[in-house]
Amino acid sequence: MTQQGVRWTADQVLALAPDAASRAAGGRLGAVGSWSGVGSCGEGAVWGLSEGSGGERYRTVVDVREGAGPAYRCGCPSPKLPCKHALGLLLLWAGGGVAERGAAAPEWAERWIAGLRDRDREARGAASPSGRGAGPADPEAARLRAERRAGRITAGATELEQRLTDLLRGGLAGAEQAGYGLWEETAARMVDAQAPGLAARVRELGSIPSSGPGWPVRLLEECALLHLLDQGWLHRDRLPAGLAATVRSRVGLPASADGPPVRDRWLILAQYDSGDTRLTTRRIWLHGAETGRDVLLLSYGAAGRAPELTLPVGLTLEAEVSAHPGSGQRRVALGRQFAPPSATEMRPSGVSTSTAAARFGEALRHDPWLDAVPLTLTRVVPVPDGDSWQLADADDDTALPLVPGPGDRAGVWRLAALSGGAPVTVFGECGHRGFTPLTAWPDGPGPAVPLG
Amino acid sequence: MTSTPTPPAAPSAATASWEQLVTVALLGTDRRTPPGCEPGPGAAAAVLDAAAAETVRRRAGLRPARAARRPERAPEDPRPPLPASAARRLAMLLADRPGAAAGGRRGAAPDLMELLPQWLATANARGFAAPPEALPALLDAARGRTDLRPAALRFAGSRALWLARLNPDWRFALRGTPGGGTVPPGPGDGDRVRRLWDEGLFAERVALLAALRARDPAGARELLASTWATERAEDRLMFLDSLRTRLAPADEPFLEQALADRSRNVRATAAELLSALPGSALAARMAARAVTCVSLDRSLGHAPDGAPVDARDASRAHDDHALDRSPAAPAAPAIAVEAPHECDAGMERDGVVAKPPGGRGERAWWLGQLVEAAPLATWPARLGGRGPGEIVALPVADGWRSELHAAWCRAAVRQRDGAWARALLGPPTAPEAGGPGAVSLAERAKLLGTLTPGERADWVAGFIATHGLSEAFQLLGMCEVPWAPPLGRAVVDALDIARDAGSYPWSFSGVMGLAERCLDPAEAGRLDGLLAVPDESEDAAPGAGGYWAEAFQRLATTLRLRAAMTRELGVG
Repeated sequence: MTQQGVRWTADQVLALAPDAASRAAGGRLGAVGSWSGVGSCGEGAVWGLSEGSGGERYRTVVDVREGAGPAYRCGCPSPKLPCKHALGLLLLWAGGGVAERGAAAPEWAERWIAGLRDRDREARGAASPSGRGAGPADPEAARLRAERRAGRITAGATELEQRLTDLLRGGLAGAEQAGYGLWEETAARMVDAQAPGLAARVRELGSIPSSGPGWPVRLLEECALLHLLDQGWLHRDRLPAGLAATVRSRVGLPASADGPPVRDRWLILAQYDSGDTRLTTRRIWLHGAETGRDVLLLSYGAAGRAPELTLPVGLTLEAEVSAHPGSGQRRVALGRQFAPPSATEMRPSGVSTSTAAARFGEALRHDPWLDAVPLTLTRVVPVPDGDSWQLADADDDTALPLVPGPGDRAGVWRLAALSGGAPVTVFGECGHRGFTPLTAWPDGPGPAVPLG
Repeated sequence: MTSTPTPPAAPSAATASWEQLVTVALLGTDRRTPPGCEPGPGAAAAVLDAAAAETVRRRAGLRPARAARRPERAPEDPRPPLPASAARRLAMLLADRPGAAAGGRRGAAPDLMELLPQWLATANARGFAAPPEALPALLDAARGRTDLRPAALRFAGSRALWLARLNPDWRFALRGTPGGGTVPPGPGDGDRVRRLWDEGLFAERVALLAALRARDPAGARELLASTWATERAEDRLMFLDSLRTRLAPADEPFLEQALADRSRNVRATAAELLSALPGSALAARMAARAVTCVSLDRSLGHAPDGAPVDARDASRAHDDHALDRSPAAPAAPAIAVEAPHECDAGMERDGVVAKPPGGRGERAWWLGQLVEAAPLATWPARLGGRGPGEIVALPVADGWRSELHAAWCRAAVRQRDGAWARALLGPPTAPEAGGPGAVSLAERAKLLGTLTPGERADWVAGFIATHGLSEAFQLLGMCEVPWAPPLGRAVVDALDIARDAGSYPWSFSGVMGLAERCLDPAEAGRLDGLLAVPDESEDAAPGAGGYWAEAFQRLATTLRLRAAMTRELGVG
């Protein structure tokens, strides 16, 4: 079993905070007076009792072993992960406020740590070749289930094709009056057909007529791409294997990340959440130091809960990732981690705006439904352009329009402030609407600045 | 981004131009058939096929647009960058928006936004540069809180002004900070000063005048005088107010002239400013008027037959100021007051307002204004060579004491006279210092402002030790931060006493909040004994002990946080 590694810095700890509010709350709790019964053990765990605001006490344990992402447990009712208590405890530890490898853990902490170790062993056993034999009990039944689902999706796609041709026969102008209800109902039909990817796209269509000037063009584009996806599914047996896998994943069939594990030092480029009250989707972009690949980790949180995976932007993570199937697919699953995230001077190498646009065009060849590709622009200057902004090449006369990202306008202003009219390096998503900035680096030396 | 144009081709659904496809899609294939396509049920699918190909083609062919005009580069900030831990702290303070942690009770966690002013003051004193990425949040914070603006803008530096020019929400930053003088033209830029003064918006002109006055008092006055006759009355009032800064005898001729202004408010302000110049002709005129109203009358003293002496005044003189009085005085004299009978044109010209506010007698009203505007040096000569302490101790006949003392208080504040302020304040331990005496708490707070910081802290500490905290809030606000050790001790002791008395801590939330911001972090150790929840005593309010422990915990945590803050900024 690996031992507790080097003590982290406060930077590393704070970077784990799911949002600014937890960061601030954790910072307040990272002081000696807020804790009692604090300790850590050689097994790589830190624990303590935090004094809650109403006098109640929460038992907090954090697993900080090398080779595993930190795991948290806290008795508080907060849905956030890590909660402010876990952050506070880690800050206390990072600041040297916890005796190194002191006494044995109290019983409540010991039980959780032991449980965690057991699950680890099981997970490792399952991943080994000998464990794989114990897969689905009945491959024949699984095949039948998959066939039934494919049949339902085919029926759904056929129905959707009918709706789209009906719409085109009557004219898009009518869609403005039809309103949201029609699309909501169609989306529900696609959910019934077990095609969540189609359902999500249909729901998007419903919001386009109210999206401002130019909506007919956008509606035609999205209808046409949905039609393309329907056709791709209905004729998937005639597509190349990679494109067929992309179609399956776009339609919404789950696929496991069965690519070979790739070990690298991954620079954590950006992390941001999107979604609605039902589901929060967290996207984390990584850049491989050796492979040079930009890959995407997705993590979900249901009903207002924060997604479980949190990685600190600007640090590197020594880890293995496995790709999901599909051509042009960037999504990966995180496998083994070999060390906690550590500070780095590394920056991704960037391209010019012209190259960026060309890269997006190339990526469409493998996945025509792609909205954007991850890219780093180098030597670009944020330039105000009427009510919006551009990223202009410092050495050329070309520019990409800026699309405000998860941090909305505040992110754009941070970017403008960081630049001060000088060239900066910006990582973001480059698509047909423009470039969405996510993280930036100053011209000179300096750490990554998240724009979310 | 820009699209590459569709290459011309033979008409067919697959090669119809994008614009044609959009038109057909809008109207519907039942009404319009795309070029080169059979009308009928297949037309809709054909349009979708063509649109799909065209959409992907258009997206793949996107090229960057022409760059718009680039902004000038922001000037370099020569100040050293913040240490990493301090930069992180700043981000944390800025992220803690008020109302983010909703709910009435404050809990045990510190109020981070309240620490921002102190953080900014320390960072400014150390001369650090703001991290560029923090500028938008800093500007937003300064936008919401005008009291933060001068320090926030100074810390934010020139890049923040560069940024503010791009965002109308931050336009306030360009108006400059009164007295800070970051934006208005600098010294030696007379042409720009002149142009801004002649063409600027009102707010810009006020800022310009304030900045110039702080730097070059005479220049500012001359600038104002050059356009005085053509300014609107409201503007004249605001401009005149800026002369308060660095007021000097050289301003007298201009102010005398303003006494004849068309606007009554302007006249009153000019008179007020002149009366703050004890050597001015106006002050002399007011002194001449005031001395006719106030005189020493030996017959009024401790007459054995119980002559008309204000009984309360006499006893006060006995109890507190016995030492002030000359032991040689045969019978203690008293002050007799004969308030003016009329407010003549000369008085009105010198700024005396003739009509009293509702509920006040007009003679007392006039008297107050005369005494307030007369130089305090007038009184020792008029009242038998006595010093301020002796004069304040004299009994006053016919119940005029509170009017007279209140007017002297205003005069002491206006003329920044420490000796008079000290005399009027009296010892902090005096029984009526805490109650409604002749001098109100608000006046006392103003009087404290004329004393040295150390003297102020000692007086307030003595006051709290005698009278407790319930009336201390305003006085504490006058003391220098961090509080001097005796004052800090007095506040902590008084809070401890208040807890033992069994009341709830929110009765003291104002003082608690002040203590969090002003107590010296080195005093945090004194709180250790107060952090635990005490056993509930019989006469305590239910649960009060727990709330007090929580309030003290927050106080201790905040002090530790402040200590960490200053440490991170490399102080101490």
